[in-house]
Amino acid sequence: MELNKYQQEIFDKQRPVIETFGAKTWRWTIFFLFWILLGGYALYLQIAKGHKVTGMRDNVVWGLYIANFIFFIGISYAGAVISGILHILKVEWRKPIIRIAEMITVISTIIGPVFILLCVGRLDRLHHLFLYPRLQSPITWDVFAIGTYFAGSVIFLYLALIKDFAIYRDAKLNIPKWKQKMYKILAIGYRGTHGQKRHIRISTNLMAIMIIPLAIIVHSVLSWIFGMTLRPGWHSTIFGPYFVLAAIYSGTGVLIMAMWVYRKMYNLKSYITDKHFVYLGYIMMVLGAGYGYFTFSEYLTDWFASEKWNSEVIEKLFNPAKYGWWFLFANVAGIILPIFIVAFPKTRKPVWITIASFFMVIALWVKRYLIIVPTLESPLLPMQDTRMEYVKYTATWVEWALTLAGVATFFLFYTLLSKFVTIIPISEFAGKDQPVVTARDISEENEIVPA
Amino acid sequence: MKQEEEINDKSRRDFLKTAALATIATAACGSLTCSCSSKKAAVSEKVKLLSPDGEIVEIDSAYLNYQEHMAIVSKLEARQGIAGKKFVMVVDLSRCKNARKCVAACQKWHYRPEETEWLTVKLMKDSDEAAPYWFPKQCFHCDNPPCVKVCPVNATFKRQDGLVLIDNDRCIGCKFCMAACPYSTRVFNWSDPHTPYDVTGIASNPETNIPARVGTVEKCDFCPDRAREGMLPPCVEACPNGVFYFGDENEDTVSNGDETLSFSQLIKDRAAYRFQEELGTKPRVYYLPPKDRQFPVERGYENLPEKLKARFKDVIESSKNEIN
Repeated sequence: MELNKYQQEIFDKQRPVIETFGAKTWRWTIFFLFWILLGGYALYLQIAKGHKVTGMRDNVVWGLYIANFIFFIGISYAGAVISGILHILKVEWRKPIIRIAEMITVISTIIGPVFILLCVGRLDRLHHLFLYPRLQSPITWDVFAIGTYFAGSVIFLYLALIKDFAIYRDAKLNIPKWKQKMYKILAIGYRGTHGQKRHIRISTNLMAIMIIPLAIIVHSVLSWIFGMTLRPGWHSTIFGPYFVLAAIYSGTGVLIMAMWVYRKMYNLKSYITDKHFVYLGYIMMVLGAGYGYFTFSEYLTDWFASEKWNSEVIEKLFNPAKYGWWFLFANVAGIILPIFIVAFPKTRKPVWITIASFFMVIALWVKRYLIIVPTLESPLLPMQDTRMEYVKYTATWVEWALTLAGVATFFLFYTLLSKFVTIIPISEFAGKDQPVVTARDISEENEIVPA
Repeated sequence: MKQEEEINDKSRRDFLKTAALATIATAACGSLTCSCSSKKAAVSEKVKLLSPDGEIVEIDSAYLNYQEHMAIVSKLEARQGIAGKKFVMVVDLSRCKNARKCVAACQKWHYRPEETEWLTVKLMKDSDEAAPYWFPKQCFHCDNPPCVKVCPVNATFKRQDGLVLIDNDRCIGCKFCMAACPYSTRVFNWSDPHTPYDVTGIASNPETNIPARVGTVEKCDFCPDRAREGMLPPCVEACPNGVFYFGDENEDTVSNGDETLSFSQLIKDRAAYRFQEELGTKPRVYYLPPKDRQFPVERGYENLPEKLKARFKDVIESSKNEIN
């Protein structure tokens, strides 16, 4: 594969990253593995002793795990928005960050469903989902939707990688044989012929179009697990779009954080520019406003109509002695903070936008928890139970350990993958005289850091 | 024992399963254990039986023992239900004094550990001004069951005789049905349910749900295994005040063990209602309003052990304040 001047420059910069593993990476890997092992032990306990080691009981049948499930599937929308929407709109500045986004998508789509499996009492019977599937059940919809979405995301990531694999294959990298071999296999004989280029282009376009409806379906179906039940706080018609929007929103936040980490870690300032943060900040602001609108609309209607059963949940969310502070945090950090940070030019800087993203992502996790638990703690019939753990949900260390293990797995996969492929796609710069970002940004003012 | 050695493990398990179907054939035998080591001297005649998997198996009649709780139908039949029936329950709230005999009978019959109740008695108070009343609650066996709709593996299902049952051999334990049921009817086996030894070997059947399985959902089943034998559910039989009427809507009769009444007449005369009709679940349990109550509500509270008292304390106290 022939590389032009700019491609060569990007490649040379990233070459050491994929050629060596490094002591630092080892340390991180071991750190992540430690948490995963702890999670493994928690999982062993949960399987051996039953789900009584969790905080879940007959009233609150779902807890942290489901919140994590929604959260991880939510952040997987980073790829859907960047690769899908921006690809169709032919937004050129997306190119240096597409791989970061798509890697988030694929990895979190692997981890998300694991959390729903942790809720399942009989993991030994999972094959029943395929032996006796019932199409009426939103869980069956979920199995098919997430399965398709995952396949789509992997294909999408892979399509964008084929050209790069060919570059790694031909670059005579100083790497072990197995790695060389893998690049060769994964490049599937790509030589950059006219036909091959055309095939990749058409497939990528097709996948970009398909990934958007798929993403919408996945989170709608996921929200319907709740929306289809007769439960206050869940049985809401706006749950589909509300969840989809929240998902894209949190995905954008995670993408911004990942960009910041990589920019710092590998000194990629000339490729992941301040402009990227600002543009994604704008997207985040718009999504935040939309998400805020949905939130307001949802709770205003429930509160105003004040139906008895709904009011019980609303009371729990508004009461500072119950979930009031968390609800306030979820809305301040999840809606107001990002909007203001991006709105003011003074704070419209990468570091601030990243901080806002960080709090927003946490707030959205809290929001998912607040969707699940207070509703389940408000059954229609009075609980009249003397067993406190049945009345109020408190997550146990087992659930926290598995949650942390999920986060650690995310980081571990991300670390390993970034040692295997370059974070900034090289082939995307092909055929241009200059790196695409700067070419696009020439007309912009001096905020840009020149390449 | 010599005989025992001749039988390999597989056939042994088979016969334990098959014994479920042998109930009628050997009821006369009278032995109450299912253990295969019971002293039967010689190998007598062979009996052909239909196994729960639908296979015809031939086993030695010496191994047939009476076993309480063995479902007498196959799993397939258990999914279809009893033809021509439409089970219905009427609960007379004016007679309930929280004697809790129904709860005890249910727990015993189904080998439920303490506090994991299929049948619960709630103390209801509809509004601040309203007087509290005792409210026994089984599964409502809804005609539009929200739980059945959401089950991803068809482990819980609606039968032609109106019952909503669970196949605990198929349930994957996702608990979606528990989230979907607005009446908090379903319970989950959060840990090993510690089934007593004498029922551990039984093949589970949706009509009995015995033995219970860890990691699966279960609930009140209206005891169809007893209905097949023409018996009332244990809760109905155990109630000292005749609160529960169980019967068949098609026959238009319900009985509490003491009296048998016309179902349609009863619900008409006594202005029966279904709990939370507005949810659209169409329950098969009707409540007769707590009018002209036979017992003061405190009667069901005063003599309870402290642990149980704690459940109802708030309601009792709030209603006391109003009287004063």
